[in-house]
Amino acid sequence: MKSQRREMSLLERVYYPEIVKGLWITSRHFFKNLALHSLHALGLARGHAAMVTIEYPDVRRPSPAASRTRHRLTRRADGTPKCVACMMCATACPSDCIYIVAGEHPDPAIEKYPVRFDIDMSKCVFCGFCVEACPKDAIRMDTGIVELAWHDRRALIFDINYLMREDVAIPAGDTPAAFKLTQLVR
Amino acid sequence: MQAFGIAIEPWMLQAAALLAKCMLVFTIIMTGGALLSWVERKQSALIQDRIGANRADITILGRKITAKGLVFMLTDGIKGITKEDYIPPKVSAFLHTLAPFIVSFCAAAAFVVLPFGGSVELPWIGHVDLCIAPSEVGLLLAFAILSMGVYGVVLAGIVSNNKFATLGALRGTAQLISYEVTLGLTLMGSLMLYHSLDLSAIVARQGHMLRIFGHALPVPAWGVFMQPLGFLLFLAATVVENKRIPFDLPEGESEIIGYFLEYSGMKALIFMMSEYIESIFFSWLVVILFFGGWQLPGLHMEQAGQSGFFFFGQLALGLPFWGAVAVAAAGFAAKVGFFIWLFMQVRWTLPRFRYDQLMHLGWKIMLPLSLANLALTALLAYSLKP
Repeated sequence: MKSQRREMSLLERVYYPEIVKGLWITSRHFFKNLALHSLHALGLARGHAAMVTIEYPDVRRPSPAASRTRHRLTRRADGTPKCVACMMCATACPSDCIYIVAGEHPDPAIEKYPVRFDIDMSKCVFCGFCVEACPKDAIRMDTGIVELAWHDRRALIFDINYLMREDVAIPAGDTPAAFKLTQLVR
Repeated sequence: MQAFGIAIEPWMLQAAALLAKCMLVFTIIMTGGALLSWVERKQSALIQDRIGANRADITILGRKITAKGLVFMLTDGIKGITKEDYIPPKVSAFLHTLAPFIVSFCAAAAFVVLPFGGSVELPWIGHVDLCIAPSEVGLLLAFAILSMGVYGVVLAGIVSNNKFATLGALRGTAQLISYEVTLGLTLMGSLMLYHSLDLSAIVARQGHMLRIFGHALPVPAWGVFMQPLGFLLFLAATVVENKRIPFDLPEGESEIIGYFLEYSGMKALIFMMSEYIESIFFSWLVVILFFGGWQLPGLHMEQAGQSGFFFFGQLALGLPFWGAVAVAAAGFAAKVGFFIWLFMQVRWTLPRFRYDQLMHLGWKIMLPLSLANLALTALLAYSLKP
């Protein structure tokens, strides 16, 4: 069978013009980026990026507003959890990672509150069904935190105090200039 | 002359000047070699729209300093020294250790004959050639020393007790020897044109304008204008001799399955360092042979007591003598820098040649072309006769 490969023209076989073509492409990138880096050093042309790299732990890529990240439990105005321990999220959860112990709330209009609310992050599949199921908007997945790696599996079972912490939350779509991973380590 | 109570003899001053020259060249190649590892990282990063290595830092007075990745020059050295120096079982530890030293010695020793300027008259010391060992046969000597480097490559591969390293060494030997033919034949062209193997003389003879059959042409008598084909062949052959991509078959840079496969730590770094030093050497040599060394078009020193840029025999821009020297030195550094940049750029542009393509290129294309270049240069040398 005849080869499908295109015959090379004389210029291509001489190879030197092709080298010059390749060098033209790489040099264009080189000098463009060198000029941009130099301008950035002078504080100019900030709008033009000289590289595609995002220096991850220092700079975070904006995540879409609808992206599902680590859970958090929302609070009422008085700071107590909005959760009424109705077990809807625990029932909806396909990986069975939510564990709730309900207690009697002093306010008769609220009836119940969670004494314990644990999420086992090592089991969670980030489906977001718990958020869909919640009638009180008590659980959300909008912290923007995706760094969920620990040396110990037991550390991945987050309790109610940790899930209600507000100082670690990153609002979705926002990029703090320097978000420190150490803030997450308990 | 007396100083510190000792009679200073002229030979002492000459020895001091020689030592200073050695120190200068040694500093250039050692810092240059280390700096090229940074240049390589950053240049490839710029080509590929990346940042390049920038995370190493040292804290000085409470300030974190990364110096745009220059700290890696330090951390690479620390890493190389502290890593395990692995010597494979059943090999001669002496020969295994000798190989990187042969390679690095040959790369560095070739610099002794490279001039970095003409000659100067200094107070007290007198006449000083700006070259460590000015020699009538400088060019031959440089290539004799450099060719010895192939023994390091062979030794590294053979004594490693590893089939892949041995194969890498065989590829390296064949590649280096094949392309030395082209390298030698293009040098013959330079020899015909300049009637000298003394590198300082070769540069000095590129200082005037090109005259063909007695007619002056508006181009300097640089090697690149006299034998452009020879220049292209020489440039390609130097990349091959440098064993860098696209001719990295001895080493296999992306797979590291070449002749220094069994080397770790500082010894592996010495091999890489020698490569960088060689690329400085070849850039320097290309500039001396084909780009007039420290000569710039129209720049003359001490011509009828005047220094500066001349235009058709008239002084266009007068400079003090040391000013003219500084301009020439800057021009020389810029030319060498350009070729180092070009070698790096080629390394990050082209894919590797297949081994049969390498041999085909060397023996069936570059060898006949270098013979043709020799014939063309002979014609040119005839036309240059006054």
